[in-house]
Amino acid sequence: MRTIGFILQKEFIQIFRNKTMLPIIFIVPVVQLLILVHAATFDMKHIDMYVVDKDLSSASRQLVSKFEGSPFFFVNQQSFSVENGEDHLITNEADVVLHIHEGFEKDLMVQPGTKSQAKMQLLINAVNGTKAGLINAYSTNVIADFRKEIIKSENLIAKGEIPSAINVNFSHWYNPELNYKIFMLPGILVILITIIGMFLSALNLVREKEMGTSEQINVTPIRKYQFIIGKLLPFWIIALFELAIGLVIGYFAFSVPILGNISTLVLFAAIYLFAVLGIGLFISTVSSTQQQVMFVSFFFMLTFILMSGIFTPVESMPGWAQNLNIINPFAYFIRVIRMILLKGSDMIDISREIVSMSLYALISLSFAVWRYRKVA
Amino acid sequence: MAGENGYIVDVKELTKKFGNFIANDRLTFNVSPGEIFGFLGANGAGKTTAIKILCGLSSPTSGEATIAGYNVYRETEKIKQNIGYMSQQFSLYEDLTVYENFRFYGGIYGLSRKVIRKRTEELLHELNMEKVKNRVIHSLPLGWKQKLAFSVAIIHQPKLIFLDEPTSGVDPITRRQFWEMIYKTAQDGITVFITTHYMDEAEYCGRVSIMAEGKIKAIGSPNDLKSQYDAHNMNDLFIKLVRN
Amino acid sequence: MKRFFGFVTKEFYHIFRDVRTILILFGMPIAQILIFGYVITNEIKDVNIAVLDHSKDEVTREITDKLLSSGYFILNKKLETNDQIQEEFEKGDIREVIIFGDNFARKLQKEKAADVQIITDASDANTANLVRNYTQAIINDYVKEKNATILQPARLVPEIRMLFNPELKGTYMYVPGTMAMILMLISAMMTSITIAREKEMGTMEVLLVSPLRPAQIILGKVAPYVMLSFANAVSIIVLGYFVFGVPVQGSLVLLLAESLLFITLALSLGILISTVSTGQQMAMFISMFALMLPTILLSGFIFPIENMPEILQWLTLIMPPRWFITIIKNIMVKGTGLLFVWKETLILVGITLVFIVLSVRNFKIRLE
Repeated sequence: MRTIGFILQKEFIQIFRNKTMLPIIFIVPVVQLLILVHAATFDMKHIDMYVVDKDLSSASRQLVSKFEGSPFFFVNQQSFSVENGEDHLITNEADVVLHIHEGFEKDLMVQPGTKSQAKMQLLINAVNGTKAGLINAYSTNVIADFRKEIIKSENLIAKGEIPSAINVNFSHWYNPELNYKIFMLPGILVILITIIGMFLSALNLVREKEMGTSEQINVTPIRKYQFIIGKLLPFWIIALFELAIGLVIGYFAFSVPILGNISTLVLFAAIYLFAVLGIGLFISTVSSTQQQVMFVSFFFMLTFILMSGIFTPVESMPGWAQNLNIINPFAYFIRVIRMILLKGSDMIDISREIVSMSLYALISLSFAVWRYRKVA
Repeated sequence: MAGENGYIVDVKELTKKFGNFIANDRLTFNVSPGEIFGFLGANGAGKTTAIKILCGLSSPTSGEATIAGYNVYRETEKIKQNIGYMSQQFSLYEDLTVYENFRFYGGIYGLSRKVIRKRTEELLHELNMEKVKNRVIHSLPLGWKQKLAFSVAIIHQPKLIFLDEPTSGVDPITRRQFWEMIYKTAQDGITVFITTHYMDEAEYCGRVSIMAEGKIKAIGSPNDLKSQYDAHNMNDLFIKLVRN
Repeated sequence: MKRFFGFVTKEFYHIFRDVRTILILFGMPIAQILIFGYVITNEIKDVNIAVLDHSKDEVTREITDKLLSSGYFILNKKLETNDQIQEEFEKGDIREVIIFGDNFARKLQKEKAADVQIITDASDANTANLVRNYTQAIINDYVKEKNATILQPARLVPEIRMLFNPELKGTYMYVPGTMAMILMLISAMMTSITIAREKEMGTMEVLLVSPLRPAQIILGKVAPYVMLSFANAVSIIVLGYFVFGVPVQGSLVLLLAESLLFITLALSLGILISTVSTGQQMAMFISMFALMLPTILLSGFIFPIENMPEILQWLTLIMPPRWFITIIKNIMVKGTGLLFVWKETLILVGITLVFIVLSVRNFKIRLE
């Protein structure tokens, strides 16, 4: 225990003496958290619409103004040429072209019983398929609203059978306003503390190898577990400290709720960090240069992050990817931190994750200690 | 203390192979407590490989060796408690101060903070370097660093210290001072096991062994060896032995 | 000049001798494009839902079947009481609960209207919104089919055309993004670390006293990585085409030229990072830690830029991958030529020049 104390003292002196690394460790994550959380939304608020109105009737104008009145659509270009509209789609100046054919009003106003149909067209830039789907859904709603208004104002009520309707009410629990920031912040926070902790510990160990000081340590009677713990604890403490900073920022700057028990979260974070720092140390015990550590951990880190479901839903991934997430520590922590903060889940709800993560930590640390060789 | 037969280093038929390459070929020698033992040889003769085995950093392929009575196969951690080691690669932490380096290494050898403070004072006093106690290693000249590294290696008062080419790359005056430190250490009862390729330094050793191509070619005191092989000085002797 | 080529050859030899590194540098991008191509998608698929059906009649069964056969949803649990909802959400297995009111079919028949309630777990707000939209669309579809036989007034069915990507494939979006991200990060990382390493090991000084000019030294160091990154770009395009069916509608030559430009940009950023770094660790942290998340989040790779707050949209203007993603999407998916991407191309050239000028200045300062 005393030996570990001496290692900790030395590590902390080295960390805080390196004036160029300190801001990278402590300021960069805070800045990234403050900025990047705002970026991560699929919420469409701004759809640029190009209008080609060949009917120029009061009905067609009413439809266009209906789009203008919607919070999603911005009608910013208008002409009589569909080709022109398509050019705007190519240059990304428009997301959708609304094309109203001639005779739109005439076809619309016919009384029920005839088969005539008003002609209009939506050309959607579908390079981003999801966005295109949403544009489609939003436009359909606007058009349906427009139709209801027309039927009412022109008194076109059907004489025959009344169509049935299903009213869909919806509510979003845990985040009624669909504020994406309160769910992005925990995710980005997890990424930041993981990168900091894992890289610092992994690079630190292999750096001693490169500098030759590890050889000096290896001829001392220090025990392997003492050395690994000494290399792990400082970065474990720093990562937990940054988690705390991140939560404070989340709470005050982004109003992220903390519904669950904060000590449950800290407990899980503590176990989680042992697991990922264990991975970092393991990588560095099998590498001989900082460069190798860097490339290997970059690969795993990026893969783990993008597979974890932080930015895109896990269910949409193929089965093998979801199975692969069993060994993805990010996936566990992202799930747990959102559950505790936003849903108030308790110890019992996350018991499965706690057990898995403890096992993970045990395995990765044992591997690190086992693979660390006190040889030259 | 020492092994059964009184030797602090007792090596028999020690062999280390890397694949087909034989780095150490059946080395047999021993060192008595308090000796200054020189381990000579050209670069690539197998000195460093042997020293790493004796320090418990690597395992021999075959043969026997005990250090301070402990077996190099099974009791490497006990060996490490009893030895000091200074490698040819400089190994103090550049970003720590002199005292912080002493404290760290003292700490992992299990010394108490009080003892560490006392030993640091003593060692710095001997080096006449009390005033650099709080200087960062990085800012010191190489010769000073080497002397400090030596002091750090003996902070826990080991029975035996291994010095692997400690004087390579330092100026003649520092080398001289370094040897004064070695003598002082030996007087204090610490056995010194030193490798070098400076043949003039070999004269300072009590006994030397000369290695070439993984084998020990000769072993004995410098004077005995010189007369035995009819050589004027160690350099002459070395060339004669290695040429054959 | 001859001396320079000798130096470049030496650098090549140096890199390609290290099999482990080469394996990582070539294998990593390929593995990543394969993984990300399959994994990164925000389309909805197999979302776990629960149904709380107070009616259990024909209509609710039909709607449930329709939802489940869409491929978007999987029925995780049938609930019996309202109390179970919270319980299930806290366990975290389901994302949505669909509640049918009582006497659903009868109400629909008699009153011509019935109520469905959707509750989402919005702790993942982005997905919750998508899930809700998909569910609502399916229910609307059901109603439309039911009413198909009725002749209604003011019939208005817009013809929808999905341009450039009629099947709404996610890969059209994510393969170009992944390419930009991988090229950016790997290229910047490789150069910054290599040069910082030379500095740290002191070998840079040796080179600097050689008769080679500093610019030649840097060029020589970077040349092998240009080749490596270009090979990576080509393999990504090939994989995108054969594995993910992302076409190259426009000119392949232009696509490769733009890739080369972007690689040059990333490499000069790497050089710039190495000139401001005091050591390898700092170079690594800047090129990896400070660059990774912004590259993913501010480039439009996953999250559309136009959704972001305005200040952030301004910030994305200085993100090189943003422009590169636009360029390659235009060339690959839309099939446009230089005429449509010259602006973005000029911006990339400009950023590259800025990086180079800054590096040269920092480099000189360091030498003096």
